[in-house]
Amino acid sequence: MATQTIEVNEVASAMRGSHAGGTDRLRVAVEGERAVAGGAAVKARASGLNFFYGGTQALKGLDMEIRDRQVTALIGPSGCGKSTFLRCFNRMHDLTPHTRYEGSIHLYPDDIDLIAKDVDPIEVRMRIGMVFQKPNPFPKTIFENVAYGLRVRGMRSKALIEEEVEKALRDAAIWDEVKDRLNDSGLSLSGGQQQRLCIARALATNPEMLLFDEPTSALDPIATARIEELITALRERVTVLIVTHNMQQAARVSDYTAFMYLGELIEFDVTSRLFTNPGRKATEDYITGRYG
Amino acid sequence: MATVAQDPALQAIRAGVGRRKLFDAIFVIIGLLVMIAALAVLCVLFLDLVVQGAPRLNWDFLTSYASRKAENAGILAAWVGTSLIMVVTACVAMPVGVAAAVYLEEYAPKNWFTAIIEINVTNLAGVPSIIYGLLALGLFVYKFNLGQSIAAAGLTLALLILPIVIVATREAVRAVPRAIREAAYALGATRWEVTAHHVLPYSMGGVLTGMIIGLSRAIGETAPIITIGALSFIAFLPSPPVTAEFPFLSFAWLKDAFTAMPIQMFNWVSRPDPAFRVNAAAAGATLLGMTLLMNGIAIWLRFRFRKRINW
Amino acid sequence: MTANSQSPAPLRRSIRRRRVRDRLIEALLLAAGLVAVFTTLAIVWILVVEALPFFEHVPLRDFLTDTMWTPLFAEPRYGILPLVAGTLVTTFVALAVAIPAGTTIAIYLSEFASHRLRETVKPALEMLGAVPTIVYGYFALVMVTPFLQKLIPGLPGFNMLSAGLVIGVMIVPYVASVSEDAMRAVPNYMREGSYAMGATRLQTAMRVVMPGALSGIAAAYILGISRAVGETMVVAVAAGLQPNLTWNPTESAATITAFIVQVSLGDLPHDSIGYQSIFAAGLVLLIVTLAFNIAGFALTRRFREAY
Repeated sequence: MATQTIEVNEVASAMRGSHAGGTDRLRVAVEGERAVAGGAAVKARASGLNFFYGGTQALKGLDMEIRDRQVTALIGPSGCGKSTFLRCFNRMHDLTPHTRYEGSIHLYPDDIDLIAKDVDPIEVRMRIGMVFQKPNPFPKTIFENVAYGLRVRGMRSKALIEEEVEKALRDAAIWDEVKDRLNDSGLSLSGGQQQRLCIARALATNPEMLLFDEPTSALDPIATARIEELITALRERVTVLIVTHNMQQAARVSDYTAFMYLGELIEFDVTSRLFTNPGRKATEDYITGRYG
Repeated sequence: MATVAQDPALQAIRAGVGRRKLFDAIFVIIGLLVMIAALAVLCVLFLDLVVQGAPRLNWDFLTSYASRKAENAGILAAWVGTSLIMVVTACVAMPVGVAAAVYLEEYAPKNWFTAIIEINVTNLAGVPSIIYGLLALGLFVYKFNLGQSIAAAGLTLALLILPIVIVATREAVRAVPRAIREAAYALGATRWEVTAHHVLPYSMGGVLTGMIIGLSRAIGETAPIITIGALSFIAFLPSPPVTAEFPFLSFAWLKDAFTAMPIQMFNWVSRPDPAFRVNAAAAGATLLGMTLLMNGIAIWLRFRFRKRINW
Repeated sequence: MTANSQSPAPLRRSIRRRRVRDRLIEALLLAAGLVAVFTTLAIVWILVVEALPFFEHVPLRDFLTDTMWTPLFAEPRYGILPLVAGTLVTTFVALAVAIPAGTTIAIYLSEFASHRLRETVKPALEMLGAVPTIVYGYFALVMVTPFLQKLIPGLPGFNMLSAGLVIGVMIVPYVASVSEDAMRAVPNYMREGSYAMGATRLQTAMRVVMPGALSGIAAAYILGISRAVGETMVVAVAAGLQPNLTWNPTESAATITAFIVQVSLGDLPHDSIGYQSIFAAGLVLLIVTLAFNIAGFALTRRFREAY
């Protein structure tokens, strides 16, 4: 089993080295690993993950697998560490002083440890996108918002940037609404549109994984529904990890759900099973609304 | 109802309320009067300068050099000197001030070393301007051998307004929400990219406001320039910054002697001859007009930028 | 989909390049931050180095106790007391104007004025604070003094009263704005508690808001003192340049700052005792203002922490 995984990684890196298409590369890897795992391939694996803010331990020995091109939801009462866990994946905690990671989060297929000291957080963030709780477009034009990630990567060609921006906006299901006003400020959009713009911004750089931190908590129900549709559709091309405080949302959009409580992973399962037949008492109490 | 009104306790309360309300009303009147008095000083001052200086407030005044005869004297050398000094001051204070502010807000770790820098900035804001003049006299004029030059004056005033620029920039930078920084970091931007592409452009309004307020302070500063030893009687202009030959720019003016608006005004105020008082008033009106204009622009900019970006 | 996916090696190289650029820029920014530190060090160093020869020549005891300051006379005397007295008198007169007026304006703006009035008056006050000091000097000499001479017959053309009053007007905006900030920092629930007891606005302002903002208001006063002590042009123009040991504000006298201006106007050689004496005077001024500033900032920090 171990040897097989290594083979898969080798295939994947060989493909990437020869500038193979991302989709093809992933397909090869996925098909390889699917054979191994007997389900969707593993995209990332947290092992023995501890996280500390100064002296306070916020995450306690998390072990969890994120499946490739599936939606994994993190649920739990506020303060349970779900956002903290999410932010480990793109090293956002590095921006806060006195924070410390222990354990590992391996990203596949190339098997790098995202939280290792010698792995550059900037590289990690370029591979793993993030969408925040409150829509936070830059006070720049709609076009420049989406183009920013490309420009940071050093992309110069105007034609290429335009092409990528359009594609990202289409993928984020907002192209039709903004195609005639690409030079308007991103702040001129409604809340729901702003959030889809932020998703387009994250998609433009073609990330392997997308992190959503309660992306609909600041939106009305209609805008929320559109974002949820979008997340479901994104599953086709990118691995999604989403934090939500809304259990219905987790049930609607996710394939896998993890229930966290007080910094620990209590239960992780296929969404339908976790909601209908929770294995642990705490999970059951939470999803039936007894606390949280 | 009638019986209640006659209740002595209630009547006492009502009388007390009435008296206390009267105090309130009196205070409102006093407060308004004090405020009006303070603002009246500003108006009276400006109007008086304009009225007193009116005979000299004409084109000749702007295009003549200082003179022993009051009616021939003008402020040509003074306003040219002031303008050139402001160029030096702006060119030094803006980059250094903004850079220092960005360092303190975006980069500096929270430790004793940063605390020392911060204490120094606050402390410098409270050092009297004449002390900067002594610093300039000892350091720029004699130790750096800049002499009594435009460069020495410009550098001195740059140091003087540095705290103003730093504080204004820090405030503007702090107003950029954390969420915007996080969005940029999450796309893989480095700290400098976040600063240069986002934080600074979005806080430019506040930075500019601070810069203009700093310059408006510098333009009226007299004491430090007197201490350097600016001459008040100057009948020539500094070397021109633009030349006919390649490379078309000359920096010889940096080392030239100069006079400045407030120095010229001080010189005229100090003379017993009332004819020069008229010149002083005219120079004062010009100087005050410039300062108020700059502050007006700064206030307007602040108002506009506050309205424009609504996070 | 594939157009922008870079293979790791070039991506890592470009990240490394950006990292190096970041570190260089950080060093530059730090250097700019250090300018503030070096300015302070340079001020202290220059004042001490240039004043040292003065104190080799003049015993510290004479400097602090002699009652005459005549460094440029044939028989020079070097007692700083007359200059200190002049500084204290003008400062005191200034505070007599600035503290009541500044506090009243602060209370009015913070507790009584509507939002709109406040937003209109504050910029106007800011303008009052932006008037060049030399213009205030002109105001004191040409307008305030003649007016005072009508009220106080025999008032000399140069006098500390007029200069002090004008410095007072000058620092009103400063005292008002710092005090107002302190008052506005007092949380609303404290005001509401007072209103609920039936207090009027003025009572609330006096008994709840002002005590709550006390350290901030004290800081405003102290920083105002520091400004008045360091003010130069108003006194140089309107108070006279003759050192005079007196506590009477209607007399003419020089302050520490006015003396420095007076010497600077002349053309003293670099190594003369006169040149050195202005650095000695400057050192005294720096120590006094520094002490007030430190006290003021310590107080501001305290009221910021309180809420």
